[in-house]
Amino acid sequence: MVKLKNINKIFNINTINENHVLKNINLEVNKGDFITIIGSNGAGKSTLFNAISGNQPLTSGEIFLNSNNITFVKEHLRSKYIGRIFQNPLLGTAGKMTLEDNMIITRSKGFKKLKISLNNKIRNEFKEKLKILDMDLENRLKDNVGQFSGGQRQALTLLMMVLSNPELVLLDEHTAALDPRNAQKVLDLTAKFIDEYSLTAMMITHNMEHAIKYGNRLLMMDKGEIILDISGQEKSNLTVEELIQKFHDIRSENFINDETLLS
Amino acid sequence: MIEGILVEGLIYGILALGVFITFRILDFPDLTVDGSFPLGAAVMVKCLLTGIPLWISFIIVFICGGIAGSITAIIHNKLKVPSLLASILTMLMLYSINMRILKAPFVSLNKISTLLTKFSTLITPVTTDRAVSYLLIFILIVTVLIIILNNFFHTDLGLALGALGDNEQMIISQGMNPEHLKIIGLALSNGLVAIAGSFIAQYQKFSDINMGIGVVIIGLASVMIGELVVKSNKIIFLLSRVILGAIIYRGILFLSRPLLIYPTDHKLFTGILIIIILAVTALKKKGSSNG
Ligand SMILES: Nc1ncnc2c1ncn2[C@@H]1O[C@H](COP(=O)(O)OP(=O)(O)O)[C@@H](O)[C@H]1O
Ligand SMILES: [Mg+2]
Repeated sequence: MVKLKNINKIFNINTINENHVLKNINLEVNKGDFITIIGSNGAGKSTLFNAISGNQPLTSGEIFLNSNNITFVKEHLRSKYIGRIFQNPLLGTAGKMTLEDNMIITRSKGFKKLKISLNNKIRNEFKEKLKILDMDLENRLKDNVGQFSGGQRQALTLLMMVLSNPELVLLDEHTAALDPRNAQKVLDLTAKFIDEYSLTAMMITHNMEHAIKYGNRLLMMDKGEIILDISGQEKSNLTVEELIQKFHDIRSENFINDETLLS
Repeated sequence: MIEGILVEGLIYGILALGVFITFRILDFPDLTVDGSFPLGAAVMVKCLLTGIPLWISFIIVFICGGIAGSITAIIHNKLKVPSLLASILTMLMLYSINMRILKAPFVSLNKISTLLTKFSTLITPVTTDRAVSYLLIFILIVTVLIIILNNFFHTDLGLALGALGDNEQMIISQGMNPEHLKIIGLALSNGLVAIAGSFIAQYQKFSDINMGIGVVIIGLASVMIGELVVKSNKIIFLLSRVILGAIIYRGILFLSRPLLIYPTDHKLFTGILIIIILAVTALKKKGSSNG
């Protein structure tokens, strides 16, 4: 359903700071895949998501979604079918606006009309949906989202994104900025939604256990390349030790020293 | 006194509403205002001297202001230059355009019938006091404007404009083009500013090529004074406090008249006033974070 063909991303091309961040990446994401992605800091994971979401143009290569070439489609148009959540919980919602106003904006994608949609019927719909989160947000429709915790905001972003029926979901370490309890809660919700709504998703994580536990397929990135692509039975049998060993075999570097991956 | 504080406060309040939309809602510091305000005045004077019906003149004024704002937005969008630079460019170009519209640095509206003279004549049975009649009509106009803007910012589009200033990435993630929203917001803001300019021209009975210099700061001062006196997260109060701020600003200016010896002194005064407000706001923040 998503196909990346010979993708290259080079920052500061033809300068002394030239940085070849994505190196000829080829990847096919199948419908229903839940892919976890690991890799050390600077491996190019977020850049890969920027490429898929259209946040940054490619240096070369092509991107297809359901066999449509979307390489040159603008980010805001891609977001109608690609949902993305960032590590920073503030990026998903407008903190200075109330919860109900936020939900009006995320209720439907695309340009907004000059009409007032918010009424009590819609409010009740919102409350029903918010109950799924089990965070008591259904009673705080008139509070500014800025008063919510990072975990609540991220759960909210997740809920609103899921309800928009995205064809592809990109999660970029979306629990990394949360405290452990909230991180677990958001992660549980993530897995639940992806399963219940049969979403196709890619999730970057720095936690190898999570990468193994969640999803049906695991990618490991290093220095701009996908160096490992495991799925099915092989993935579910994987252990953290084996994962480190595999990296070691491929890169013949000592993975254990890479603290960012083990943190 | 009624005229100096209340009437002028209400007229400059319309200008401040425009400034509020860009500086606060869109988070897009826009200096186009210094050009779109005299543009509104020049266009109104030109229309009235040409004999165009009043209501059409107002529409033309609003559209001209809207175009000025759109140009700033387009420069910012397409050339990726910061809002301040984009708006200074438009402001600069508008100076020449305003001169071309007026064909003279100063054009009088004496003996020309305006909305204000018409309204004064209309309500002579009620009052013959010019200041009172001006006050009545501007209370009416500002109330209607606030009701319209309040409704607008409750529409889905209006909420999206609010979110844009808060979190541009969210707007993109929701499938909207922030460039389009910025054009709409800046057009609305500068349309209002031009309307304010056209009222000042009718009120003073002249248009002056230099009447825009520094008005953005007057608008900003009004917005900031309003924020100091009323706290809320409801848009109706945010809009109303802008007007209140504009009236208080006029009041302060009026009371400090003995200090302002040269007619140009009020610019120094406004600058100092803003510095004081900024300092008070910073102190308040510090106080609340300590306590
Ligand atoms: N906008 C940018 N401009 C220049 N270099 C960038 C930019 N974004 C990322 N990079 C560089 O690309 C490399 C990969 O970054 P990133 O994709 O964020 O890594 P990861 O998410 O895997 O930690 C890093 O060396 C980073 O400095
Ligand atoms: Mg990253």
